[in-house]
Amino acid sequence: MTDLVTADGVPSAREADGAKPVRRSRRMTGPQVVGHARATAAVCQAAGCLSAQSDKVFEEITAQLVADGVTDVAVKRVGCLGLCAAGPLVEVPETGELFRQVSLDDVSELVSALKSAKPVETKPVLEPFFSRQRRVVLENCGKVDPENIDDYLSRKGYRGLVRAVTELTPQQVIDEIAKSGLRGRGGAGYPTGLKWSTVAKQPGSEKYVVCNADEGDPGAFMDRSVLESDPYRVLEGMAIAAYAVGASHGYVYCRAEYPLAVQRLKAAIHRAEKAGYLGEAIAESTFNFTVELRLGAGAFVCGEETALIASIQGGRGTPVPRPPFPAASGLRGKPTLINNVESFASVPVILRDGGEAYAEVGVGKSRGTKVFALAGRIVNGGLIEVPLGIKLRDVIFDIGGGVPDGRKFKAVQTGGPSGGCIPEELLDMSVDYESLLAAGSFMGSGGMIVMDDTSCMVDVARYFMDFCREESCGKCVPCRVGTTELHMMLTKITEGRATLADLKQLESVAAMVRDTSLCGLGQGAPNPVFSTLRYFRDEYLAHIVDHVCPAGVCALSGGESVA
Amino acid sequence: MTVHTLTIDGIECAGAEGQTVLDVARESGVEIPTLCHLDGLCDVGACRLCVVEVKGSSKLLPSCTTAVAEGMEVTTDSDRLVAYRKAIIEMLFAERNHICAVCVANNHCELQAQAADLGLTHLDLDTVNPVLDVDASHERFAIDHNRCIMCTRCVRVCDEVEGAHTWDVMGRGLDARVVTDLGMPWGESTTCTGCGKCVQVCPTGAIFEKGRPIATTKVKRPYLPYLKSHSQEVPA
Repeated sequence: MTDLVTADGVPSAREADGAKPVRRSRRMTGPQVVGHARATAAVCQAAGCLSAQSDKVFEEITAQLVADGVTDVAVKRVGCLGLCAAGPLVEVPETGELFRQVSLDDVSELVSALKSAKPVETKPVLEPFFSRQRRVVLENCGKVDPENIDDYLSRKGYRGLVRAVTELTPQQVIDEIAKSGLRGRGGAGYPTGLKWSTVAKQPGSEKYVVCNADEGDPGAFMDRSVLESDPYRVLEGMAIAAYAVGASHGYVYCRAEYPLAVQRLKAAIHRAEKAGYLGEAIAESTFNFTVELRLGAGAFVCGEETALIASIQGGRGTPVPRPPFPAASGLRGKPTLINNVESFASVPVILRDGGEAYAEVGVGKSRGTKVFALAGRIVNGGLIEVPLGIKLRDVIFDIGGGVPDGRKFKAVQTGGPSGGCIPEELLDMSVDYESLLAAGSFMGSGGMIVMDDTSCMVDVARYFMDFCREESCGKCVPCRVGTTELHMMLTKITEGRATLADLKQLESVAAMVRDTSLCGLGQGAPNPVFSTLRYFRDEYLAHIVDHVCPAGVCALSGGESVA
Repeated sequence: MTVHTLTIDGIECAGAEGQTVLDVARESGVEIPTLCHLDGLCDVGACRLCVVEVKGSSKLLPSCTTAVAEGMEVTTDSDRLVAYRKAIIEMLFAERNHICAVCVANNHCELQAQAADLGLTHLDLDTVNPVLDVDASHERFAIDHNRCIMCTRCVRVCDEVEGAHTWDVMGRGLDARVVTDLGMPWGESTTCTGCGKCVQVCPTGAIFEKGRPIATTKVKRPYLPYLKSHSQEVPA
């Protein structure tokens, strides 16, 4: 069974009681800095760089500085610096330098650079990867120590929440969100202000706020990075939402595959409670709000809101038909507001700086910025945040640095398993909810997988169908059997055993699965098939008629099938 | 009580607040095929056979869980819906090993009856042909997973009517199975009361009573006292 839920929102006794002495001894804080630090080495401690031993790099820098008796250089653990492909990353904010792929052998060189580092007035002009971005949600990523609430407070943290609970009525908070034009960053793009207002208007005093951190799209790591780099921001957003809709209890539903995010969230919840930003009488008002953590057990479908609710309640993570929507009847049958990590992380800024300021960026009905995870065949893989309305070409070629090894760009996959592949001829399109939908894709949670001419589009469609088949909960027939059948048909094509009649059948079954499935997983599952058929039909035909895989990926048996 | 008026396939109907489209359609003589639905049990909207088109909604809605609303215009039998229903039944046949000729439920099977009604004469889809178990460890009953269509009627009747909750679902996707007591053999179940309600509600020959022809266990269904009196008729 994969649908078990582990409940663990409470820090362990050791952490709760003896937290400080234990943590101090375990957690090196860097050399003793006397007075103001002349320079700081900000060492990325998010999952990408950690996997390349950035924790060891941190310790080595500290040890060498201590050994050399340096007292005016600080070393700091920070969240994601963005350019994950070049990790471990170390930034020196005072000089604007970014050291890449810092191995343990490079540390002595880095330390000597730190010793002679001189703060500069004008920071060096950064490459387009940084200069073309606009960081709102990620404004603290790579700047603050994710486990330190004082660091968050020093960067205007919790100002939004304090303003909301002390100066505004719940309705004014909702109005502010509505003015910002913020839409659900989990993918579907439902207007956040409208959602909040719907929950706020429901009768009854028992309501819930749930943060959906069950990020499961292949190649997507936006929510993970936000939680690992700036967890207080998400908690602040949830608290503001709770104040606006009239909830006093919330849950973060995080997938268990993100142990670091879970650890940092636990620590953040604990410290926010101690600091009075969670719990009773927040900011000395009458507003109370507590947050608990729930861990998913590895089911993609639990990101669907009704399945998520079932999972939090301890049941099997299977969706139920909507209506009723969770806004009217959700957790324990009570009105429930469910937003994604990035949506909540956008809220503090909106309350702090105002909805109009947030809405200045963007295009049409898509306002603000969106975080994307660039992955696949791209030079600068990593975490980026761009204003909505930016050209897709700028994201991939300016920020992403294009395709490596001199290969030719073929397509970019957005929106995860419910999304689609966008071909080269559409690269000048704007990145926003409506344009992506019109192109047969989907905003999704923000994964962007770049493919070059070594990718076979039929094989890509088959890969995503295999994913949906594996992740189908098995409740409704079209998704349970349909995704299996579609996967069998796509396999047949990639093996060169299909006929043109099979292609026709593929299209009709895909339409049936899209139209009759119970939840978004099944309804979206055929999307990669539709979008590859729309833009790369010739590749399907090459497999079927000519028994050739143009990209040279599929091993076709060839010849035995009559087209 | 609020009453809504709506049209189903052009027929003007009246439905009380809280009634489903399926309830009102059947009261008005419009037949919508169903499999997982059974009067007297909660609806789960799983088989998708009863999906209908509602004017103004871009999505197809399952009539068993969609409440009636004022001025609703419902279509239950468009070409597209009929084609999709046929595809659903075809998928169920392709999923597991349904061989009517050697089945205990032959001629008393709702899946077979739906296939006949929809004119499904052969399968275009490739069959999955899984290797599945038969659990005959119970003294009186047995379950053949080859014939199960995952309608979960057994799960619901056991939970909602008998109150035992012996049955539940395990696994996901194509590996989903109905199980007794966290996957133990049925014969070793400590919660099963042996009431046989799961046998009576099973639409196919998946759950059956040992040594009795299915006809004698199925024919009683309309008279089962624990389900509503206007229970679904079983084709004779």
